[in-house]
Amino acid sequence: MSSLNLANIARTPTGARIDLVMVAEMVERGVKVLDVGCGDGELLRLLSESRGVDGRGIELSREGVNECVAKGLAVIQGDADTDLADYPDDAFDYVILSQTLQATRHPRVVLEHMLRIGRRAIVSFPNFGHWQVRMQLLFAGHMPRTDILPYSWYDTPNIHHCTIKDFRQLCTEVGVRLEKAVALNAWGSPLRLNAPWWFWNLFGEQAVFLLSRKG
Amino acid sequence: MAETTRSSALDAPDAPREADFPRDSLVAHFGIDKPLKLDAGVELSPYQIAYKTYGALNADRSNAVLVCHALTGDQHVANLHPVTKKAGWWETLVGPGRPIDTERYFVICPNVMGACMGTTGPSSTNPATGKPWGLEFPVITIRDMVRAQAMLLDHLGIEQLFSVAGGSMGGMQVLQWAASYPNRVFSALPIACATRHSAQNIAFHEVGRQAIMADPEWRGGRYHLEGSNPRRGLAVARMGAHITYLSDAALHRKFGRKFQDRDNPTFSFDADFEVESYLRHQGISFVERFDANSYLYLTRAMDYFDLAADAGGVLANAFKGTPTRFCVISFTSDWLFPTSESRAIVHALNASSARVSFAEIVTDKGHDAFLLDEPELFAIVGGFLDGAGKARGLAATSFAAKS
Repeated sequence: MSSLNLANIARTPTGARIDLVMVAEMVERGVKVLDVGCGDGELLRLLSESRGVDGRGIELSREGVNECVAKGLAVIQGDADTDLADYPDDAFDYVILSQTLQATRHPRVVLEHMLRIGRRAIVSFPNFGHWQVRMQLLFAGHMPRTDILPYSWYDTPNIHHCTIKDFRQLCTEVGVRLEKAVALNAWGSPLRLNAPWWFWNLFGEQAVFLLSRKG
Repeated sequence: MAETTRSSALDAPDAPREADFPRDSLVAHFGIDKPLKLDAGVELSPYQIAYKTYGALNADRSNAVLVCHALTGDQHVANLHPVTKKAGWWETLVGPGRPIDTERYFVICPNVMGACMGTTGPSSTNPATGKPWGLEFPVITIRDMVRAQAMLLDHLGIEQLFSVAGGSMGGMQVLQWAASYPNRVFSALPIACATRHSAQNIAFHEVGRQAIMADPEWRGGRYHLEGSNPRRGLAVARMGAHITYLSDAALHRKFGRKFQDRDNPTFSFDADFEVESYLRHQGISFVERFDANSYLYLTRAMDYFDLAADAGGVLANAFKGTPTRFCVISFTSDWLFPTSESRAIVHALNASSARVSFAEIVTDKGHDAFLLDEPELFAIVGGFLDGAGKARGLAATSFAAKS
């Protein structure tokens, strides 16, 4: 199953996913990109069409892979938790983990591999610090279920939820440089850039981070 | 030579044989000025390659697709087979409007070295003696097959292939092509194959070879000269191999424990069960079109295949810096060339930063699935070639639009 309910994710008037457009805008033209957890290939196609990148993908679900390959995309069936170790250092300019971080078994290891394989990494994830999530736990007293995270706690691919604050802390621990970040509200609009982090952590439904190696 | 005087590859020594005079095929002759340098350390000349082509080569000579056949396949990939009168072995995949679209690509399928359908092999006439080669024929490797195919392409004036595709032993040739001639292969489709033959697969082949050699009619490989034919041995080899091409689930679905034309067991060693009758039929029909010595040579070629060993023990080195784009395909129920073997190919290609796609198709049809009606296989092959075609600048097709 897809980690998010894509039917309810914010889209542009032309139907493109806003979170993917945000990711694509962080990628330079003509570079080599690995999309980890590429789903049905929507981001790879967007990157190839709008940024002219040489894109490759890894996807866990067999249906997703076969759909991608039939579209002519270079995608392999594989698992972010086990298969990133097979890639050599510096094989890509960018390694992207789009809405997949929370579904990995070892998010920290995955992040470390991403910045070993690529010069830069882009990570997007649903922010578990969003006020709607907090309210459900605080007042309703049950594990949060939202439009984009509709799963019950006992049957969900998302096993490692984090907040924007948590992710920043992980970046500090791993020792990566935060180059750019964007938070989107529930309607897909970016939050004010000069807003404080606590504001993003409360009102951002999704976050996109551009990271690079230190030194 | 009149059609009526021809006979199958297996008949008396004086009759013109398919091995020398293949029907409904093109034949490229290579004289003593163009010897084939074999891994066994000898040079073979003269020799010939029988092949089929479909579609037309474009003005840029950029749309050629080489199809490599498997152990018991041949060049008749998409036409009526001249011996068996059955449909071509990959007609589901190759043809007008098919994933390997002959309206778009120029498809070439050669019979491999060592085979018996018109390319030089052990049942061909040895020019030095005027008699069939038999076991005097040098041992052939997958690399030798590919080297010969490269000479065929030179002969046809094709510098770079748009794609090379094949399953099983054909897939081994695809991988060898990419390793030996990376700049001549724009895209590659190795299907249901491996970069080396496993111990288990070598073992199965050895059982088949021993069945042939145990047949008294084999006569030390001289059966063509002595007017005999190891039909029983070859049939048993085929029966054993055929089981490895299927899966337990497929056999159960197709035959179960059903009796053949009877309600009760006969308490004898007749073919009581449908599955026995089926295997016997497979064996008998196989000997009508295949040469026993070719079976020995081609199984040997597969046994010797080990791309990593050729690259200093590191498989990734076989594909270092490769410009080729790959699409690796495996099938869930294939236990002869299981998905783990395809993953090893993908692993090595990733380590070389190659552009690679990999799909595993769910089916209970076993290794044979690559030859059967698998819509997902067609969609993947068609989509991959369409994408590669765009990158190669070939005119837009057809298959994606139709599917």
